[in-house]
Amino acid sequence: MRIVINGEHREVPDQMSLERVVAAITTSATGIAVAVNGEVVRRASWSSVALAPGDEIEVLTAVQGG
Amino acid sequence: MSEMVTDDPLVIAGAKFGSRLIMGTGGAPSLDVLGRALTASGTELTTVAMRRVDPAAAGSVLDVLTARGIAVLPNTAGCFTAAEAVRTARLAAEALETTWVKLEVIADEITLLPDPIELLDAAEQLVGLGFTVLPYTNDDPVLARRLEQAGCAAVMPLGAPIGSGLGIRNPHNIELMVQASSVPVILDAGIGTASDAALAMELGCEAVLLATAVTRARDPELMAAAMRSAVLAGRLAYRAGRIPRRRYAKASSPPYQG
Repeated sequence: MRIVINGEHREVPDQMSLERVVAAITTSATGIAVAVNGEVVRRASWSSVALAPGDEIEVLTAVQGG
Repeated sequence: MSEMVTDDPLVIAGAKFGSRLIMGTGGAPSLDVLGRALTASGTELTTVAMRRVDPAAAGSVLDVLTARGIAVLPNTAGCFTAAEAVRTARLAAEALETTWVKLEVIADEITLLPDPIELLDAAEQLVGLGFTVLPYTNDDPVLARRLEQAGCAAVMPLGAPIGSGLGIRNPHNIELMVQASSVPVILDAGIGTASDAALAMELGCEAVLLATAVTRARDPELMAAAMRSAVLAGRLAYRAGRIPRRRYAKASSPPYQG
């Protein structure tokens, strides 16, 4: 299925969990937050959230600013 | 330094800070330079922004703060609507395990001025969600009052537009805000050099928040040290009480009696 990760279209296996998507982007265990289709998904739910085709996933962290 | 000088913590929402200089992290040429500047500034609270993970990024600003025991204050920089700002604050809370947020809702990229309508809306929503909200606001005493009434833990008026280095364009309004506010007034944005920071404190601000003036200075570490001294000097002068301005001279020596 095709999903959008941080603005880039990606082909991933069907039913891929959010946890595996995040792990593919960053190895950092802390300082990461995730939204799916604009909704914040808490870390505790990453492993149980199954993604659907077309889902838009944002994986954010703290950077220099302000 | 004597206790009279040092025993004067900044208190925001019940949390105490030994330094009245809050730092931003934007604009530093490297994390190494940033780290040395933060150490020189003496800051205990520093802002970061939330952005997409860059898999190629080397090092993390969070590591720089953690290594120095500096508390992290996420901001909502880059948000143009209340909805965006609330979502960003919630993501920051999830990533950084803090419910504190520097709330920024800007109107356009040219001025980076706060959008007061969206700002107040976002502040009300975030207070309702249990956040400790520190809003970046215009130098408008009426808007500051509305933000305080909404439950914000501080109000953070600009001295001048972000990154402009123009100093405090309307000191009268800042003074009005200080007089009327029961939450800390923190001068945020526009500081260009040390005297601007000292003036903010002399006007009665509880703290100063700055980034560009340090991170884009020729020597960021040295400027950070200058800002640290300026904030302390301005605070001491405010507490000491300046003399009134006079039109004519007033002799400082007793009359000569020959």
